Amino acid sequence: MTHPEQHTPEEQTAVPALSGPALSGPAATDPAATDPAGHAHHELRAVGLGLGYDGVPIVTDLDLEIAVGRLTVIVGANASGKSTLLRGLARLLTPQSGVVLLDGTDIAKIPGKRIATVLGLLPQQPLAPEGITVGELVGRGRHPHQGWFRGTTAADDAIVADALVRTGTLDLAGRRLEELSGGQRQRVWIAMALAQDTDILLLDEPTSFLDVAHQIEVLDLLLELNRTRGTTIVMVLHDLNLAARYADEMLVMRAGQIIAAGPPAQTLTVETVRSAFGLDALVIPDPVCGSPLVVPIGRFHPAPTPASAILGKANLS
Amino acid sequence: MTPRSPHTAPAAPADLAERRRSSPGSPVHQGASAEAAILGAARGARRRTERRVVIVLAAALLVVAALSLSVGSYSLSVPDLLRTLAGQGTGAENFIVLTLRLPRVVLALLTGIAFALSGALFQTVLRNPLASPDIVGVTGGASAAAVLGMLVLGFGSLATAFAAFGGAILVATVIYLLAWRGRSGGAGGIAGYRFVLIGVGVAFMVQGLIGYLLTRAQLRDAQDALTWLVGSVSGAAWPEIAVVAVGLAVLLPIVWMLAPRLRALQLGDDLATSLGVGAERNRLGLLIVAVALAALATAMVGPLAFVAFVSAPIARRLAGTGGLSLVPAALVGALIVSAADFAAQHLLPGGLQLPAGVVTGAIGAPYLLWLLATGAAGGSGSARDSTEGIR
Repeated sequence: MTHPEQHTPEEQTAVPALSGPALSGPAATDPAATDPAGHAHHELRAVGLGLGYDGVPIVTDLDLEIAVGRLTVIVGANASGKSTLLRGLARLLTPQSGVVLLDGTDIAKIPGKRIATVLGLLPQQPLAPEGITVGELVGRGRHPHQGWFRGTTAADDAIVADALVRTGTLDLAGRRLEELSGGQRQRVWIAMALAQDTDILLLDEPTSFLDVAHQIEVLDLLLELNRTRGTTIVMVLHDLNLAARYADEMLVMRAGQIIAAGPPAQTLTVETVRSAFGLDALVIPDPVCGSPLVVPIGRFHPAPTPASAILGKANLS
Repeated sequence: MTPRSPHTAPAAPADLAERRRSSPGSPVHQGASAEAAILGAARGARRRTERRVVIVLAAALLVVAALSLSVGSYSLSVPDLLRTLAGQGTGAENFIVLTLRLPRVVLALLTGIAFALSGALFQTVLRNPLASPDIVGVTGGASAAAVLGMLVLGFGSLATAFAAFGGAILVATVIYLLAWRGRSGGAGGIAGYRFVLIGVGVAFMVQGLIGYLLTRAQLRDAQDALTWLVGSVSGAAWPEIAVVAVGLAVLLPIVWMLAPRLRALQLGDDLATSLGVGAERNRLGLLIVAVALAALATAMVGPLAFVAFVSAPIARRLAGTGGLSLVPAALVGALIVSAADFAAQHLLPGGLQLPAGVVTGAIGAPYLLWLLATGAAGGSGSARDSTEGIR
């Protein structure tokens, strides 16, 4: 379960050029090719998964296979079960039915510390002890790799330093977390998740509470992580357009079910938006990168003709 | 297609791949070593700060201990004291220092450590500065059981100690069970604020029970019980000290082993689980250790008010590193109890000799007010509590 050093010849020749035009296309990520680190690829699957709180089912009978080495974004309306699903995948919730399988083994049967070397989760609102410095906080991500008689080693420091450099927080290492801005803090938390050094990283709304520039910064960081290290990323996002731009795979949820799965171009359509959110919208190509761009239509702003035609919808009455 | 930022990532991919290969086990790679050195230096600075605090506290403790051993109705000079401790004293000196004063100092030290660590564990595990065994009724449970034993069942001191230990465990179990919320969807568990609220309620209940027992008792018996209830290290004897020492010898290594998990738990249940530290299981384990520490100390010296409550926060402010600061906390606890005992014996006007608990209580109450007054300004304790409340 710890990363065996499996160097195939392709991997030895380092990463294929990152600036391939096919980045957002389905063919971009042949898993074997996108793994510069020689990590073993771990696969995460849910079979007949049922999740809920206090006996109230939220996710029911859900089958899912997370695309290995890809960036998957879960979207859906409030209370559609996206965070619940993420928590279930991260073993924070015990399934009411079905199983979550990590490399074919029921996740409930794997020791927690071993899972923690493969699968990490960044919750929406993590807590930090008062007065903790950035360096120490990020260092705590190394916990699963340490034991009673193996404290922090030089290798740990190197990995923590790498995580700080990647997130641009090295300069903050000596600062206290409470002194930082929201965007900086979020980068520090992501640095901690990176220091955990897992092949699969789950994030629950990593961009909430951030302004748009910081949202882009965080998402760029995660995409870069995915492309350079081959880390499988699954995150819940609220912003459909950013989700569509960054996702290789998109899961659209409604009432605890996945109603559409696949590349954003296929999943984010007028129909799925209406079905998942109960919202009429235009879907046009994003002028920046061609991914679907959802333009919502409210009650007071009639859609221009093309959309009216598409939607077959009368104007404001 | 327009190139996007990840394509022009700052670090060249080959370099990153290279750096990744030097992950666990292999020697530190040159590229990362400069940054790693910065981290190592920062950690070194934190450790030095903590070590400095530890040295200062230990020195203060030594001074207080020396004073306690030498000052009194029969005072010794420092050379006399050292000679006596080395076993070269006269008969009178031996009796006064080794039989009367030393057990008292040692017991104050050991129970101070136990109270302080218990409070530190409670406050950290439950993520609430109010969560300490004396506030949530754990030591109150010990008191109620001890008073019941003394006044109703006619227990001697040994049986009273056992009753106190049992009372603390019983009350802690009751609070835990009441705070438990089974969640069929996930692992059941307790929320920190719930534990504290229920604990405060239970504390009032056991106070009511103690009051009832006291009012029903004979005056002389009630006075004995009251002395016990205030808490005192007087009458310390080596067998008692041996019990506390053995208890600590078992519990302290467990605290040391659980400390990394405690650090993970500080980050919230979700993140702790994600780091491989099952939140509820480890919280229960840590609470059991914390209750055992409090029960052990209370059984021996009574519920010395506020020692568990103030020691860890004081230690963390002194160290200021954002770490757990368990060793400084233990030293602060030992210092508070021994200084309080010295003050109660020698420093109060009118030559009154009071139990140490009177003084610790007098220190603790203003501290609580200060905590409340400054907490709102910027202490993340309050912020954290509200987060807990929302979740």
